[in-house]
Amino acid sequence: MIALLIRDLRLAFRAGGGFGLGLAFFLLVAVLVPLGVGPDSSVLAKIAPGILWVGALLACLLSLDRIFALDFEDGSLDLLATSPIPLEGVVAIKALAHWLVTGLPLTLAAPVLAVLLNLPAPGYLWLVASLAAGTPALSVIGAFGAALTVGIKRGGLLLSLLVLPLYVPTLIFGAEVVKRGALGMEVGVPLLLLSGITAGAVALLPFAAAAAIRVNLR
Amino acid sequence: MELVVENLAVARGGLTVLEGVSFRLAAGGALILRGPNGIGKTTLLRTLAGLQPEVAGSISAPPESLTYGAHADGLKAVLTVEENLAFWAAIHGVGGVKDAMAQMNLTDLRGRRAANLSAGQKRRLGLARLLVTGRPVWLLDEPTVSLDVASVALFGAVVRAHLAGGGMALIATHIDMGLAEARVLDLAPFKAKTPMSAGASGFDEAFA
Repeated sequence: MIALLIRDLRLAFRAGGGFGLGLAFFLLVAVLVPLGVGPDSSVLAKIAPGILWVGALLACLLSLDRIFALDFEDGSLDLLATSPIPLEGVVAIKALAHWLVTGLPLTLAAPVLAVLLNLPAPGYLWLVASLAAGTPALSVIGAFGAALTVGIKRGGLLLSLLVLPLYVPTLIFGAEVVKRGALGMEVGVPLLLLSGITAGAVALLPFAAAAAIRVNLR
Repeated sequence: MELVVENLAVARGGLTVLEGVSFRLAAGGALILRGPNGIGKTTLLRTLAGLQPEVAGSISAPPESLTYGAHADGLKAVLTVEENLAFWAAIHGVGGVKDAMAQMNLTDLRGRRAANLSAGQKRRLGLARLLVTGRPVWLLDEPTVSLDVASVALFGAVVRAHLAGGGMALIATHIDMGLAEARVLDLAPFKAKTPMSAGASGFDEAFA
């Protein structure tokens, strides 16, 4: 399992692996929105939590179709499915690799980009906390969507449409944590709900995704 | 161990293509599958590998004892020859990467990325993967595609060494691999008489 994680990370960091794609997209959003909205700092401060979370979510979405499609095309997925590692483990590891390559860098870069959007100072801590708690769910839900669409040529559009509604609760509670945090309000409830969604997704979706892959490999 | 297949029926795309396939393969035995295109050689191998369920019949060996060598080699273009092999060795929890490279004449290419290999070299690397799975039964689907004469002979020797070590091999191929001891199974007589929908289990069919 460790070998699979190391291979996926190595593939992501080598040429054409897609590391940095999500981060670059996130940067674009955070830079372009203030230019489009204008320099009114009170408006920016108001929309910052929502923009940052939407940007992180779309950045995650960008690289989802690579999770299984590349392995399917070159035959590795067949070989992994017949290997001693259970397919559920393969899904979990690949989702973890996706999070390490996209979710974690987004979480770490978010405070820097939040400056561009004039996020009020108390919100920074909660921005990082909410992304750290919420982005694993984005990766696991995305892995499930990628498993459903593996084997479909140009399945990216279908994948996005399938996954976006599943992302909505994470987005709502994630942005709510930052919004309340920035205003100095109590954040316990949305943060707990956000963590609950992540915990549930991480626990259940690898099994559903493995079942979907088994059906798609036939 | 022994691989016993009894009365096996396999389906592709919801249609039964082969039925009544029975054979017995003892340790050290090889079986060459022959038959015209579309008869179901690949489908049979994928079913044996556990990638798709059988329609009827039984397979005695557990999927953990089989390894499948498909048309696609499962190589990552940005990894080197050695990294590709080391990955599969680690997944299967066995060593022998150096030995596998030596046997398939890849030692000189060990540091080269798979993207820069020729088609025949990629194929040799894909076949070297079989050696680091540590599994006794090899299911090979046209293993000699894009191999030159020397490499076919090399691979023939590798298969023979595997058989001598108590392994087994099922090979779908049209060319002579120089395995004189292998039995030949012609699949044409097993072609499904009435190609009908294979056990319409409603839920799964929705995904097919």
